[in-house]
Amino acid sequence: MDWAYFLQQLINGLTLGAIYGLIAIGYTMVYGIIGMINFAHGEIYMIGAFHSLITFLICQAAGISGILPLTLLLMLFVSMVLTSIYGWGVERVAYRPLRGSFRLAALISAIGMSIFLQNFVQISQGARVKPMQPLVEGGITLMESANFDVQLSYMQIVIIVLTFVLMVVFSLLIAKTSLGRAQRACEQDRTMAGLLGVNVDRTISTTFVMGAALASVAGMMVTLYYGVIDFYIGFLAGVKAFTAAVLGGIGSLPGAMLGGLLIGLIEAFWSGYLTIEYKDVATFGILVLVLIFRPWGLLGKPEVEKV
Amino acid sequence: MSAALASSRTNGSEVVKELAFFAVIALLMSVMLLGVETVDRPTGLELAVRWDLVLIAIVSTVIGRLGLIFRRESISRLWQAVLITVTAVAVFEMFVRFRELDDRWVSPVVLDMAFGSVVSTILAIAFVVIVFATAYFTMKVQGAVEVDQSKKLSAKIQLTYRSNTKKIGLIGIVFFFIFPLLFGDDRSAIDLATLVMIYIMLGWGLNIVVGLAGLLDLGYVAFYAVGAYSYALLSQNFDLSFWLCLPLAGIFAASFGIILGFPVLRLRGDYLAIVTLGFGEIIRVVLINWYDFTGGPDGISSIERPSFFGLADFSRRVPEGAISFGDLFGLDYSSMHRLIFLYYLILVLALVTNFVTLRLRKLPIGRAWEALREDEIACRSLGINPTNTKLSAFAIGAMFGGFAGAFFATRQGFISPESFTFLESAVILAIVVLGGMGSQIGVVLAAIVMIGFPEMFRELAEYRMLIFGAGIVAIMLWRPRGLLSFRDPTILLNMSQKEKVAGEIK
Repeated sequence: MDWAYFLQQLINGLTLGAIYGLIAIGYTMVYGIIGMINFAHGEIYMIGAFHSLITFLICQAAGISGILPLTLLLMLFVSMVLTSIYGWGVERVAYRPLRGSFRLAALISAIGMSIFLQNFVQISQGARVKPMQPLVEGGITLMESANFDVQLSYMQIVIIVLTFVLMVVFSLLIAKTSLGRAQRACEQDRTMAGLLGVNVDRTISTTFVMGAALASVAGMMVTLYYGVIDFYIGFLAGVKAFTAAVLGGIGSLPGAMLGGLLIGLIEAFWSGYLTIEYKDVATFGILVLVLIFRPWGLLGKPEVEKV
Repeated sequence: MSAALASSRTNGSEVVKELAFFAVIALLMSVMLLGVETVDRPTGLELAVRWDLVLIAIVSTVIGRLGLIFRRESISRLWQAVLITVTAVAVFEMFVRFRELDDRWVSPVVLDMAFGSVVSTILAIAFVVIVFATAYFTMKVQGAVEVDQSKKLSAKIQLTYRSNTKKIGLIGIVFFFIFPLLFGDDRSAIDLATLVMIYIMLGWGLNIVVGLAGLLDLGYVAFYAVGAYSYALLSQNFDLSFWLCLPLAGIFAASFGIILGFPVLRLRGDYLAIVTLGFGEIIRVVLINWYDFTGGPDGISSIERPSFFGLADFSRRVPEGAISFGDLFGLDYSSMHRLIFLYYLILVLALVTNFVTLRLRKLPIGRAWEALREDEIACRSLGINPTNTKLSAFAIGAMFGGFAGAFFATRQGFISPESFTFLESAVILAIVVLGGMGSQIGVVLAAIVMIGFPEMFRELAEYRMLIFGAGIVAIMLWRPRGLLSFRDPTILLNMSQKEKVAGEIK
């Protein structure tokens, strides 16, 4: 067995997994609080990618793209702010009026929203693939073997570190702040939380905003990491991140991250050792298997069916 | 926030604050995606600025919001109508501007149009007047009918519809049968009608799964694909005729339904939806990558066209030993014969689907589906096997999808994985849900609205899916239970419960 190759796939998988994990958090938080699959979440991630690309182009036009840290921070900040407004808007327009309606109504509305956002970006930004030059170049050679050098690029370090930092921040936010308490309260019993003075509407909106902000970071990372984006990237990434959320146990924040990492690793190893064409089939296969044998996921709690 | 505002009149400064808030939101949402365009240049991506679109987005958001406020505060309908008109004009302006990238800031397109020539002036005025009149009269009707009464009215419409379903259905069937006689020469009309009919059939097929058994299937297109590929491959590899392949395609699709359904049907609503979506994608990925078998992304071309029940051929040059359709009936050759034949074929297939559904609903299995949809636990305790019951719904729905797929393959003559994307599943599901789940006539209505209208406005091709997506959201907000409402269980223990069930909002 070639350990160098294995290590390389491991690194690639972790990077990919970090990205999926960030998107998966949005699914898991929304599912936890209002029990619906936010089908448009993948498009939010795509919009995040576009926002960061355009911010970069503006920086370039303004001539500050030479200062790398500033550019990256601007991309991160602008994309997070603008994309979270989309998250807020989607909830406000398409989901809030349907809260309390029958379950499928919100899901259908979400599908409609997803189609709308996809086509909105396609029309306003064009259907062609948008290339982006690599910003963070270079890397460390971890290991040298006869036929293969293991590379850990700086970009991968940035992705993994940034994801880690965001995870810590958001976990603290949920665990320590009053906002997080309100969220957990709404998750358990929305009516009761409302009666006790929690502003339920605002809490749900904040959840969407947080999910969108994290997805936009994922979008920015993908833009930088792969260097190409188009209006269609949201669908597949969305489904995979959802798989990750389910795998980790939907409703559980660490579960989403764990699921994301696992999906990323599986995808990397599948393309590394088996066929690259069928990597999507592998993800979907896992989704099916998890749902059949352990629908509450790795870290979730089994749902008790109430009569 | 809105609930508090609705009860009391809002004062001016609050309205201004609210409007300012939404203006800022609109600005932030549009500043990059609308305001800046990424343009491909040989040197890389470059930016083109179009602030006019941002401005229009803000203006239309603010005016639209003001309209909502007026509605909330019940301010005169005239003003509401004016606001709606201005919003519509602004949105229209935005649409036009997407296309014309040059001449920015010159003047509003609507004004250009109005002063361009006499014809366009009239058109522009007509546009504004129509929007205004529609808005005004909708308001008037809504204003005249109080909330309670509007519920009564809709209940009345429902009742009329329910007691006359048979008549409406018959009129519909007669209309679809004489359709080619009315538009027999119009190639595009027949094509469009055939397309709509395919979706009606798919909608009816999916209705068994979603509407009757209450299983949300987001991967229905997989069975459509299985049907299409079964026919294409059987006819190319084994030279089987369409008439033999049609039942085979149905059987293949149904077996797929059973194989896929067996492991996943234990899952709850949303999970089932995502798993079926996954299966739909798996089938598509396999179709793309299994090059030797399916032709990969290139698809399969020159699929055999159907003959007239094996008796006669529709082509101009008839192969040796076959009779042409024209000769059989003593008609001159016309390329329309095949199209009309195809139309009747799909019409009959769709009606078979409908008929089978209507009969199944009256059989024990149909009752079991509806009961399962209403209450799974109760069903289990009464000895209904949920897995087998769901599986039968899944398989039967899949079978009709397979029939439709075989028909699609023979009509197009060419199939590729492109035709079986998730979007297609979403469209079919949207038809079922918008029609009102379980309602057969609702499916027809929704198919005409969703497929017929967008096809008619082909010129707006780029905006088609955009409007489609927005339309789904809008219809869901407006009528969450579908255009024609849900179908209640066909039979209830105590029939007087029926009204009760109908009254409840689920």
